[in-house]
Amino acid sequence: MPGKTQVAAQPGWYTLDPEPALLGSRCGRCGTVAFPKEQAFCRNPACDGTDFAEVELSRRGRIWSYTDARYQPPTPYVAADPYVPFALAAVELAAEKMVVMGQVASGIDAGDIHIGDEVELVLEPLYEDEEHVYLIWKWRPLVAGILKDVSEQLVRAVD
Amino acid sequence: MHPWGKWGRNFVEYGVAAAQAALADAGVEWADIQFVSGADTIRNGYPGFVAGATFAQALGWTGARVASSYAACASGATAVAAARAQILAGLCDVALVVGADTTPKGFFAPVGGERRDDPDWLRFHLLGATNPTYFALYARRRMELFGATEDDFAAVKVKNARHGVHNPNARYRAEVTAEEVLASPMVADPLRLLEICATSDGGAALVLSSMDFARRHGQADPVRVAAVSTVTPRFPQAVIEMPNFATDSAASVTGGPAPTFRQSIATAAYEEAGIGPEDVDVAEVYDLSSALELDWYEDIGLCKEGEAEKLLRDGDTAIGGRIPVNPSGGLSCFGEAIPAQAIAQVCELTWQLRGQAGERQVEGARVGVSANQGLFGHGSSVVVTR
Ligand SMILES: [Zn+2]
Repeated sequence: MPGKTQVAAQPGWYTLDPEPALLGSRCGRCGTVAFPKEQAFCRNPACDGTDFAEVELSRRGRIWSYTDARYQPPTPYVAADPYVPFALAAVELAAEKMVVMGQVASGIDAGDIHIGDEVELVLEPLYEDEEHVYLIWKWRPLVAGILKDVSEQLVRAVD
Repeated sequence: MHPWGKWGRNFVEYGVAAAQAALADAGVEWADIQFVSGADTIRNGYPGFVAGATFAQALGWTGARVASSYAACASGATAVAAARAQILAGLCDVALVVGADTTPKGFFAPVGGERRDDPDWLRFHLLGATNPTYFALYARRRMELFGATEDDFAAVKVKNARHGVHNPNARYRAEVTAEEVLASPMVADPLRLLEICATSDGGAALVLSSMDFARRHGQADPVRVAAVSTVTPRFPQAVIEMPNFATDSAASVTGGPAPTFRQSIATAAYEEAGIGPEDVDVAEVYDLSSALELDWYEDIGLCKEGEAEKLLRDGDTAIGGRIPVNPSGGLSCFGEAIPAQAIAQVCELTWQLRGQAGERQVEGARVGVSANQGLFGHGSSVVVTR
């Protein structure tokens, strides 16, 4: 990957910070949050708001449900060769009272997670070309993430 | 109907065969049809986008008025609704509704090109989220909330396969065992290959008329369309739906949880028909997955939330049970021919109410309901009575 520029696979949908966040919209009139961003119409039928502020959504949520993709999805999904199955999660954000989809961080199988598990947003490569690595948001279980960090520290400690 | 299968022939062939069968059944000449209502297919080029005219041309131009409807899986019901409205408004006496499809192999993929403003394209590109992954989210949720098991999901497939054996229009007409279902490959945990509906070719058609027209043509006691529900969701839509990335936010809304979209679909149909779920004798629901059939039991009011597994385990939803569901064999035995499917549901209910369903007959059926949901928020439920 050295030399390649990291860019968003879908620009404007999330920040590329070390602690990334999804970017939603908030209606200036009724406060309704939407992801992806609304630009022109408020989804609330009781509201005719037309001004929307960009807001960062909660970086943490709990798994509402999950599954995996055992077979390679069709294009326009850009799959690794050979194909590597991945888990998917629908994650409930408490403050926003909404559920947001995402792949689960690589290396974590559907069998490793449960409904209700706390997850946080991370960025991982989705695919790459000659010049760029295209980053996508994923949900990483906090427990699994902590265990991974701890085990890496242990490895370093042993080294 | 034209039987369901996988032949790759021109979809118009299937639609015309289904139309001719419906006309013969009704004893109506094509030249007498005043309104043609086509259900569109988006995978067969321009003729598919203007299906009403495509079928009318294939049957021979007669000057009949025409409409073409696209509403994803709900296209057939939307085409029925368009024809019914013409009749109820007194604009015509008799209409022909036709839907047919030819489908590619494998997962449904989005329409081609790079379309970053289309959530259906984006969910494949950014998430690799195929249709079965969304069905699997609901299935996992049932396991968590209501104690559904993989055995329950397999039992739905076993039941529907048993029904489909007796349906000459079904594509899959063989019984399967729970062991075979559970030994089939996992596609999207917890759903297995035999629990996810295939994509099929097929065609279905209906002749709809006013009661006067039916009586004048010798139908003293025809099956009546008592309601067609084509509702949209209500804000905030709190259940994640294909092809969306997120639900609506409910944060700025006060009050308790509103009925879900799927619940509202049949509710609207019952209200329009002036009946309740307790009046229903037979149901055809959209079993895109075996687990989703269980969701429908609750959403169309056959039982309370969380009781679908008991209804299934008690045998209530098998032919011979208290409230048979998918006596046709359902999508499980048909595979999905998108614009034809909601029409096929009404064909099956019609045969059931006429007592013409042969070995899959639900005894004494007088009231039938279909339920289905089209991508992006097209509700589809039809109540028929006799
Ligand atoms: Zn608003």
